[in-house]
Amino acid sequence: MVRAQDRKFVSADPEKCIGCCVCEYACAMTKEHTFNPTKSRIRALRLGPLNNLAVTCRHCEDPACIAACPRDALSQDENTGIITVDEDACNGCAWCISACQFGAMMMHPEKKVVFTCNSCKDEEDGPQCVKWCPEEALTFVTAQELAQKSRINAVKSLFQEAKEKKAAAK
Amino acid sequence: MFAYAGKILRVDLTTGKISTEPLSEKLAKEYIGGIGLGIKLLMDNSTPGTDPFDPDNPIIYLTGPLSGTLGPTGGNSYAVVSKSPATGGVGNAEAHGFFGPDLKRAGYDAVIITGKAPKLSYLWIDDDKVEIRNGEYLQYKTVNETDHMIREELGDFYIRVSAIGEAGEKLCRFAAIINDEFRAIGRAGMGGVMGSKNLKAVAVRGTHDVNVANFEGFREFIKMIFERMKGPATKKYKTLGTPENVLVLNSLSALATRNWTNATFEGAEKVSGEWLNEHYVKKIVGCATCGMRCDHIAVVPEGPYQGSTSRLEFECLWSMGPLCGIDRLDAVIEAMRIVNEYGMDGISIGVVVAFAMDCYEHGVITKDQTDGIDLRFGNAEALIQIIHKIGKREGWLGNALAEGTAKAAEIIGGDAWKYACHIKGLELPGYDLRTLKTAALGFSVSFRGACHLRNGAYSPDVKGKVNRFKIEPGRGKMIVPDGHVYNVIDSLIVCKFSRGTYYDGLKDLANYYTLATGIPMTDAELDKAGERIENLARLFNIREGKGTRDYDKLPWKIENVPVPDEGPAKGVCVNEEEFQLGLDDYYAARGWDSNGVPTVEKLDALGLGDYEYIVKDVEKGAAKAVVQGGKA
Repeated sequence: MVRAQDRKFVSADPEKCIGCCVCEYACAMTKEHTFNPTKSRIRALRLGPLNNLAVTCRHCEDPACIAACPRDALSQDENTGIITVDEDACNGCAWCISACQFGAMMMHPEKKVVFTCNSCKDEEDGPQCVKWCPEEALTFVTAQELAQKSRINAVKSLFQEAKEKKAAAK
Repeated sequence: MFAYAGKILRVDLTTGKISTEPLSEKLAKEYIGGIGLGIKLLMDNSTPGTDPFDPDNPIIYLTGPLSGTLGPTGGNSYAVVSKSPATGGVGNAEAHGFFGPDLKRAGYDAVIITGKAPKLSYLWIDDDKVEIRNGEYLQYKTVNETDHMIREELGDFYIRVSAIGEAGEKLCRFAAIINDEFRAIGRAGMGGVMGSKNLKAVAVRGTHDVNVANFEGFREFIKMIFERMKGPATKKYKTLGTPENVLVLNSLSALATRNWTNATFEGAEKVSGEWLNEHYVKKIVGCATCGMRCDHIAVVPEGPYQGSTSRLEFECLWSMGPLCGIDRLDAVIEAMRIVNEYGMDGISIGVVVAFAMDCYEHGVITKDQTDGIDLRFGNAEALIQIIHKIGKREGWLGNALAEGTAKAAEIIGGDAWKYACHIKGLELPGYDLRTLKTAALGFSVSFRGACHLRNGAYSPDVKGKVNRFKIEPGRGKMIVPDGHVYNVIDSLIVCKFSRGTYYDGLKDLANYYTLATGIPMTDAELDKAGERIENLARLFNIREGKGTRDYDKLPWKIENVPVPDEGPAKGVCVNEEEFQLGLDDYYAARGWDSNGVPTVEKLDALGLGDYEYIVKDVEKGAAKAVVQGGKA
């Protein structure tokens, strides 16, 4: 069994994401063979020109969406952490939508059942939003990798600052 | 139909009547969408001689065939066409961002809005449900406030809004319509037309699918364009951005300074793209579905305008910077922010202020008339103060300047007309036409008035392909093909910044069109569509009495004030003889007569035979004038 911390999910880098919605279109194109962001499993949000982020399912451990479902329509793969919706069991009551802190569980505009990201598990080259993102802001990563990356960046900038201070002092 | 919504929406704001009708495939192929379809619908849905602010003047929102797809830049666009209150001829502008795709998904290729709402209103298009709603609570709100308040009222963050500010409500003749905070239907006063209809905004939510004819082929094609967008063709826009032009044009003595007094600016370094990026740009963002990014978001870090944030491109930086003699970018960033709040054209506003400064420096207007503002060139505070006055139409001068340079010059009187730098009533964009003479010719024949985006005629000058200090035979012919390409670009509504990514030009665009729509299209047919649109726009202007040779003329300063700056351009300005030669050359290349009127043969060749009456009316008018002349 894969440990929870080793599960991969799609994550957006707030420094790089510009809210361009290419991920939304790429998702709907892949999953639904059409152009329609309202059918995307990932949604980009622009609060202002400087504040953008794309958000999707993070494949949480003990997911709130599953706990909230009164019809056992949701299940989680213990290896990948992917949440699967049983479309016959789901009646679109939206308890899971209320429960998800990230807004990653969404109502399908036509089917009236919920849907969420399954990391493009059937695509050979992984999540298509990651492939299409023109800013390389999206990555398919584990929480461990995210933490490592942040650490490396923090330490790098610390040393950079120290270096610059030294240079300025000279 | 694929890619197209196949539907036109009609809204009569006077009666509240709302209806739809189908878009025919013939119309779609012949006019493509965007401004092409828009000019056709304007021609057929308006009465000759209608005042631009009359309720009967239609304002038309349009999507393009690619809007709503993942096509980079083509996916995120819309256009607006109406009779322009600045020129009295065709008014058109395009904007990208996030609004366009929702309008397409809601199911419309065009929205024809006529009439005048009894009180301030906004149009709410929620897929098939269309409603005229009360907008009185939005009076004089800024564009951005309007956007937020409407989304709040309707309860959906993802609703997209295209709105006017106070300037539009107060019928400023260069008022803009703005979506997504800073994306503007900027030129030709479309915001004023909205205001005249008591229409504060169009809000839209579209949830329908947009489907293309050849799904796999389309996906591969756009993947290729996304790849190309990473490469050299778009490098400028992703790095320094268009403000790179400041130093380039300055080195060519083509950076119009102090209202076309000088052609170089001693403060150019301090308002350069290099300076902007180093000191002010915080992040570069972009529009929906775009593979480039060009929006340089500038934030003022300190000083009197600390915290001021706006997106700055070359044109607006130039108009409110060098053209007003101002070398302070913090003030320009603040000015841009305010201009977006009032909802005005960022090019025209700078030219209008520079015009007023020129008048002030020459004593044509006095300090009493400016309400005490010391309107000297280079006075950044005066720039900000006068923008507020224009936005609100406050005071005698603010009110006059909101009319645009052409009409303001009439109101001010005296020698003011000499300092009014416009063509057909639309203010000149950021090129010194005295030292870029192909551009001078190209801008003068543009159907929406002074415009660098109707044929890109500055390009051969700036690239050194021609002797830019002279209009020679052949120059008219040179600018014809790109005129067609630019019409096609604005009808497909792809972004002009992306034009370098279509390596095979119209061939690429024709392929793109067919993959999306399934309608067969060749590069030759696209070129012809571009020519058809050019001729139809010219016909509209002729029908409105603004389209003949008399209207293709240059501002007084361009022909009468030689460049005083030291360097190769010293002493240069356009002389009437070479300019008239250029017009002859251009008309001949277009198959137009010497009066700049398309011939009947030309119209027949383009399938515009229905409009022959317009051409014949001009001939009759001319004949009458000759007879009268004979009698006298």
